[in-house]
Amino acid sequence: MRHIISLLMENESGALSRVSGLFSARGYNIESLTVAPTEDATLSRMTIVTSGTDEIIEQIIKQLNKLIDVVKVLDLNDGKFIERELMIVKVKANAQYRDEMKRMCDIFRGRIIDVSDSSFTIELTGSSSKLDAYIESIDKAAILETVRTGASGIGRGDRILKV
Amino acid sequence: MNSNHISGAEIVIRCLHEEKVKFVFGYPGGAVLNIYDAVFKQNKFKHVLVRHEQAAVHAADAYSRSTGKVGVALVTSGPGATNAVTGIATAYMDSIPMVIISGQVPTYAIGQDAFQECDTVGITRPCVKHNFLVKDVKDIASTIKKAFYVASSGRPGPVLVDIPKDITAEKYEFSYPKSVHLRSYNPIIKGHSGQIKKALSLLLSAKKPMIYSGGGVVLGDASSQLTKFVRTIGAPITSTLMGLGGFPASDKQFLGMLGMHGTYEANMAMQECDVLLAVGARFDDRVIGNPEHFLSKPKTIIHIDIDPSSISKRVKIDIPIVGHVVSVLTELNDLLSKEKTKQNISLKHWLKEIDQWRSTNCLSFKNDKKLIKPQFVVQTLHQVTKGDAFITSDVGQHQMWAAQYYPFDKPRRWINSGGLGTMGVGLPYAMGTQLAHPDAMVACVTGEASIQMCIQELSTCKQFHLPIKIINLNNRYMGMVRQWQEFFYGNRYAESYMEALPDFVKLAEAYGHVGMKIENPSDIEPALKEAFSKKLKERLVFMDFITDQKENVFPMIPNGKGLSEMITAEDL
Repeated sequence: MRHIISLLMENESGALSRVSGLFSARGYNIESLTVAPTEDATLSRMTIVTSGTDEIIEQIIKQLNKLIDVVKVLDLNDGKFIERELMIVKVKANAQYRDEMKRMCDIFRGRIIDVSDSSFTIELTGSSSKLDAYIESIDKAAILETVRTGASGIGRGDRILKV
Repeated sequence: MNSNHISGAEIVIRCLHEEKVKFVFGYPGGAVLNIYDAVFKQNKFKHVLVRHEQAAVHAADAYSRSTGKVGVALVTSGPGATNAVTGIATAYMDSIPMVIISGQVPTYAIGQDAFQECDTVGITRPCVKHNFLVKDVKDIASTIKKAFYVASSGRPGPVLVDIPKDITAEKYEFSYPKSVHLRSYNPIIKGHSGQIKKALSLLLSAKKPMIYSGGGVVLGDASSQLTKFVRTIGAPITSTLMGLGGFPASDKQFLGMLGMHGTYEANMAMQECDVLLAVGARFDDRVIGNPEHFLSKPKTIIHIDIDPSSISKRVKIDIPIVGHVVSVLTELNDLLSKEKTKQNISLKHWLKEIDQWRSTNCLSFKNDKKLIKPQFVVQTLHQVTKGDAFITSDVGQHQMWAAQYYPFDKPRRWINSGGLGTMGVGLPYAMGTQLAHPDAMVACVTGEASIQMCIQELSTCKQFHLPIKIINLNNRYMGMVRQWQEFFYGNRYAESYMEALPDFVKLAEAYGHVGMKIENPSDIEPALKEAFSKKLKERLVFMDFITDQKENVFPMIPNGKGLSEMITAEDL
């Protein structure tokens, strides 16, 4: 099953390689991994999207906790959470595609952030599966370029990951 | 500049003094010259100059294994650090507390592909508990304090501190922190009381209780608490390779080592028990074989371990207890002392069943009048040393024979590489052990293949007058490789024959030691007695035993098979 794991770690050089190295050394999947400093500059927050059986996810959480630089680990799938990912996609917007691309962008509640004679650059946010759905819905031949941030997640309501 | 200021190199040395380090094992080089200059000017610890950095780390590792203290090694940048990696990985796999200090090229040269530069922190990252790159002279003291704390607390392990050369030249005031706190690192010490109570009641109402103890008992110094507990409840106990000595081997309740080359009775009892208590052990592949086969006989498993990630890693645990073994076993003993009856159910039938397995006498071997049987050498070694020696070993058949035929009654007496299985550790392990215990008997049980992997250390042994006794079980083969090739590869002995062996007697003599070649079984005992005699008390003796080439280690669980699927000597 797909799990989104959030963790807080010391914002030190090499911290990212400790996490990515752990995943490759132990053969765990990484679907996506995002990291940035938090409002407290000494801490980084990382979101890892992974998949595996319950036993594997349990080991991943334990192994992450075992890393000396990791302060806190939370499996967002243990409760209710919100997931968002940002995708920027450049699509063909010549006469053949222009109307359709505008319409699909509206349907998926995206925003056109750059326009040229022949292309639109569209910003889309949502769960990773929503972004997948957008890609599925438009004509593949119209896609010029895509870039995705990987998922970020946060617990709903009182679920807070803080030191 | 303040007059209190000292160089970064001197700060490193002062930190080691504060940690009461007695020995530093190392090898100098460009990036650590400042540190070595500071080593030269002090006399609080002894620096042991090895002949290869790998041996420095192994020797420091054995110093730790045999004393429980943190071992310290000092190596230079680049090749110094990469040579140390095998030693670090070996210590990591067996959770040995160590601090390795490595020199690094100056900070301004990092990333320039400078002479003797390598990414030491990157290279060692997967085989250390933690590592640090010190980028400021102000951080040296606090970093070394953290390194010792992290290495020795929780589940122990090696910690590396990489220090660029310019940092060791800069000056700063020395102040060693009294304590250290890491918000991201809080090892659990005390086990959950509710779980401990549940565990005890399960054990007391078991029909076939079994204890399985591991290296954690030795590392955690919990053997007296374990022994008290096991003797009170009367259950049988087995031990992993790493746990040997954690419970006295001469005790009737002890079934011997379990696992791939464990005894028949230990493996059968492990398979057939109904409640299993695992203490500081990790159910690894060489111990339980195939986990599905192991669980095919239903049992309730209780697991005490300081590392939460050891729990339910290979085998699903019913009652996990995360905590320090001493703390948890003390609590169990306290609870047990309040119990009215020590056993709710008689263990008579269970112990009888075990005695039947025992009666197969699985470790018996046929002695020979002409050929030296390696098992017999180890048995005689046990007898001559009255079971009171520190035994180090390399990796392979001789290691298993040492584990099987030299029963250990005390912890920290059996020094070997269990997890990584590193050939070449035996001699440096004996060095670290002998330095830590100068008056003790230290024997290195090895083979002609393993010993050649760190043979250069005979020179270190000469320099530091280490009276180690090397028991070379020389069968002219990489014995364990040959055994697998015989069993599983149709006797095709690919590259496992050791050709062009040196004359070990002359080799020992060339290094200034005593060499002996023993070819007849009747000479084993007199030779060992002589080696351990007063006359040779101060000398390293290299004993080259020419043994039976075809001897195999039994019992054996073939790779991927279950505990009850052993091959014994009689099966072949």
